[in-house]
Amino acid sequence: MAMNVPLSWLRAYVDVDMPVEQLAHRLTMAGIEVGGVERIGGWNDCYVGHVLDVGPHPNADRLRLCTVDIGGERLQVVCGAPNVAEQQKIAFARVGATLFNTHSGKVEPLKAAKIRGVTSEGMICSVLELGIGEEHDGILVLPDDAPTGTPLADYLGDTVLELEVTANRPDCFSVLGVAREVAAFSGTQVAEPDAGYPEEGEPVESLATVEIEDPALCARYTAALLTGVSIGPSPEWLQERLTRAGQRPINNIVDVTNYVMLETGQPLHAFDFDKVAGRRIIVRQARPGEKHVTLDGVERELAPPMVVIADPEKAVGLGGVMGGANTEVTEETHTILLESASFHPFNTRRTADDLKLRTEASLRFEKGWRQGLPPVGLRRAVKLMLEVAGGIAARGIIDVYPDRPEPRVITLTAARMEKVLGVTVPMADAARTLTSLGIACRMMGDDALEVEAPPWRADITIEDDLVEEVVRVIGYDDVPTAPLAAPIPLSTPDTAQAVKEEVRDLLASIGMQEVITYSMVSEHALELAYRGAEPPAPPMRAFNPISSEHECLRTSLRPGLLRTLAANQRHEGVPQWYFEVGKEFIFTGDGLPDERQKAAGVLSGPGAQASWAAAEATAGFYDAKGVVEALCDRVGVTPSFEPLDDPFYHPGRAATISAGGQRIGELGEVHPEALDAFDVRGEGAVYFEVDLAALTEAVPQSARRFRSISVYPEALRDLALVVGMDVPADRVREIIEQHPLVARAALFDVYAGEQVGADVRSLAYRVSFQAPDRTLTAEEVQRAMDRLLSRLERELGAAQRQG
Amino acid sequence: MTTAPEILGTLHNIRTVAVAELDGVEDDAALEAWRIAYLGRREGRLTLIMRRMAELEAEERRSVGVQANDVKALLESQLAEKTEALKSAKLAQAAQEGRLDVTLPGRRPALGRLHPITQTMREITRAFISMGFQVVEGPEVELDHYNFGMLNIPRGHPARDMFDTLWLDHTNAEGEREMLLRTHTSPMQARIMEATQPPVRVVVPGRVYRFEATDATHEWHFTQVEGLAVDRGITFANLKGTLYEFARLVFGSERRVRFRCDFFPFVEPGVDVAIDCFSCDGAGAPDCRICRGSGWIEIMGAGMVHPRVLEMSGIDHTEYTGFAFGMGVERIAMLKYGIDDIRYFYGNDARFLRQF
Repeated sequence: MAMNVPLSWLRAYVDVDMPVEQLAHRLTMAGIEVGGVERIGGWNDCYVGHVLDVGPHPNADRLRLCTVDIGGERLQVVCGAPNVAEQQKIAFARVGATLFNTHSGKVEPLKAAKIRGVTSEGMICSVLELGIGEEHDGILVLPDDAPTGTPLADYLGDTVLELEVTANRPDCFSVLGVAREVAAFSGTQVAEPDAGYPEEGEPVESLATVEIEDPALCARYTAALLTGVSIGPSPEWLQERLTRAGQRPINNIVDVTNYVMLETGQPLHAFDFDKVAGRRIIVRQARPGEKHVTLDGVERELAPPMVVIADPEKAVGLGGVMGGANTEVTEETHTILLESASFHPFNTRRTADDLKLRTEASLRFEKGWRQGLPPVGLRRAVKLMLEVAGGIAARGIIDVYPDRPEPRVITLTAARMEKVLGVTVPMADAARTLTSLGIACRMMGDDALEVEAPPWRADITIEDDLVEEVVRVIGYDDVPTAPLAAPIPLSTPDTAQAVKEEVRDLLASIGMQEVITYSMVSEHALELAYRGAEPPAPPMRAFNPISSEHECLRTSLRPGLLRTLAANQRHEGVPQWYFEVGKEFIFTGDGLPDERQKAAGVLSGPGAQASWAAAEATAGFYDAKGVVEALCDRVGVTPSFEPLDDPFYHPGRAATISAGGQRIGELGEVHPEALDAFDVRGEGAVYFEVDLAALTEAVPQSARRFRSISVYPEALRDLALVVGMDVPADRVREIIEQHPLVARAALFDVYAGEQVGADVRSLAYRVSFQAPDRTLTAEEVQRAMDRLLSRLERELGAAQRQG
Repeated sequence: MTTAPEILGTLHNIRTVAVAELDGVEDDAALEAWRIAYLGRREGRLTLIMRRMAELEAEERRSVGVQANDVKALLESQLAEKTEALKSAKLAQAAQEGRLDVTLPGRRPALGRLHPITQTMREITRAFISMGFQVVEGPEVELDHYNFGMLNIPRGHPARDMFDTLWLDHTNAEGEREMLLRTHTSPMQARIMEATQPPVRVVVPGRVYRFEATDATHEWHFTQVEGLAVDRGITFANLKGTLYEFARLVFGSERRVRFRCDFFPFVEPGVDVAIDCFSCDGAGAPDCRICRGSGWIEIMGAGMVHPRVLEMSGIDHTEYTGFAFGMGVERIAMLKYGIDDIRYFYGNDARFLRQF
């Protein structure tokens, strides 16, 4: 929430002895961020003018011909305003002045004009034309003492600070609060506004009574009574200050309540007391379904625990938020009951939220429970009302405060300051700063201060709050800078994190682009990705989702990756390899979900960027499997693969991935219907996912062990086998590699077709024979080959391929 | 009868003719023919003449032999030279023919890239790891208790306004909504302090969520890195020192750092950390799009851990102090790479991702 503070108003309480840029900087550094500085005025060619003569226009009944003195120069001007009169001081704009043109609706230079045949040498301005208000019914009439000929910018100009106030500082939603900050910069103190007034009426207790039913919701209610007030417009100075602070003037009584709220931070409300039944105010919870028309004319349905201000018959206001229409101050009002109370912050906020009625008052109440403040604002407002609306104030004030707490006394020690800040601050300096801020304190010896938090600072509750008060005014820049000197805590290696980062690096290094997709997806997208398979758990929905596209927490990374693929295919063509490392959220019990960290990828088209020099091949099952094998190899895990039936995948082209007997993931060619559902084009896509926790589990505990490299040569032999279609290739390799003289076997060709016959395929291996202690003879190798063949024939029905 | 002058004449003749002929040899075949013609073991002219030397007197044979050997050595060395010359001429020729268009694109191995957020997050954590911080991670679905309560933001606290929350559609046995998507990585402060006694020195990277409308500078889904150091004797001066070092490592030593007062309910005093704008060099140019004329770019919130937060987590606040900080990774990536719209990060447009 922003607060506009006109410099002219601020100066009423404190000397501002620095340029506005420096002031803005100091405030910002101290925690009151100045978001903008608006300069009112800056009018060129505008002066305080003195109307010497007003005469009729020769050619127009409604227009007048005026002679205006702007300091030694007399100019003739045509004016159509009904309120122009001789001897007035007015704002005069010469030709060339830049003003708001009410006809064009633009800010533009004033042109010389002949109006109905008479030359006008300028214009007498309204506030609308000057850009300082919305009135355009008449001209702006300046006070009689305005010095003729003074540039208007000097006389009327001002600077408004636009403050961004943090939630802990409702006191800075007041000009006085900001003034205290400014005072602290120079070590001075603010001039408190005058709140003394003659109490000439009856004792207030004889005129009105107040009762709080629920002190937990309204801690304090103060009230004053004025009789014989005259309602009318506020004086110019009051209207001007309100306008500059961004408030619209209404009438003198309401204006004072707003003025004092802006001045002190205490919201106030004035009731037309003659409309309050029984001369009695009851602060109570709203009844269920109770109806009440607020000042904005809207009928609102209330409910407990909203607080209403009521008389014995009806609600007359909504506590802490807005007054009621039935007791509104009007031109006929004679008696005012002025309320200055303290409402529960959260209840006020909830009321304002529920009714969608956030007001200046509710915003101030909800940010702090400042029970000391009501009488301060009340007395100041009565003083001003007597000034601007006349009348007589009743003797005394009503102050209902059932549970008055002890004053908050806090001790600030030099030791704590040093412990927190790392620098010694003399307590005398601390005391001066706190006093400037209006925080009363006294020295307790040399090294401690006893501090009483002021009524307007509910945020000060502990010693460290005072440490901050002192250091923020001194400036954080003045605290020295020191590296961390404490010993570094012992660290424990985190394999899971290492595995995650290794996997990321590996996948990127083999040509996959990392993406990060939203953790929330639509339920529909998940259904499309499961295709009827049982999900690990129903997805958890958001109570207040961002949109239907992001309504529930993902239980699978599939939708995000397929969407990314499809979206990029639209502008980049088919070949795309993407991966994501992210969480799936599985809600099984009643508590927090199992957050499964996964690495998943989707491959479509050839992996390398399409090249002029390479033939393109579409990524298939074995590409994804190769990726998974490389990924596992990177972290020292040996995966195994078993066929998987899952409707997300193409039948017969999917596998589970296991390691150490545990399932760690799955992969497969995505079912064409699933691709279609996600608008993926091209000849297909392969998907894989690996559960990183399970993968980490499978990482060998011990470091890799070195095996000595044989100095004896390898003997290479090709072994081409014909085996049945249903014989897994992995089994063939296993048998070959089990032979003690076989160092390894690499599959280099797979063939199925008429050359080998139906229902069989040919698998060709390059087998490397080696012994650790000798060079193998040709006869030894041949014997090993014969043994291998006979075992393969016996166990798998394999035959050596002929020709 | 062969005479010495005769042989010497022939030798002279062979030498002259052979050298002249060799000059005209232009390929390997001609060279081989030349070699056989003069040096061939059976019919080579030099071989034949040397054979005839046997008919000479011993005296003459010695002196003629010396000359014959000279001729032979000459021819052999000329042969070797010619062989070399032909070989290099052939290689030079081959090289001439093998010219390439070096501007054709290379055949590069496929290379993917890490998401710019991953890269930035690594850079940030690396800076803190170099200062002895450890990386830990925490849950993205959190309890109100950790996300707010343990951070000194009880229900009804006005500071809850600072964190527009995405709640999950779930209520506990008391009928309260208590599960949410963490609005910051700060709940890990409480979780870590509950589980460990000081000294603590950790950074927590992770995704966070806000119930917020998206625009060029706001995402509902973004990334933070949280930091926490708790021990005896940790001060505000240490906070400044640590974050200066971070800014130097990540943004370079030429950047200035500004610490100003700000409010976060879980720290006291609270700090807003900014670096001077590298777009307008801290000048605060009124039309600067990066700093909007202030000359400063806010990069993180920080502060001394609030005594109540220490206390709630079971750490004696009279003995221990600490500091905490939190920063938005997207914001830092945007500053580092000059990205002007946060929505690029999770749009996952390959044309964007491949730039990093």
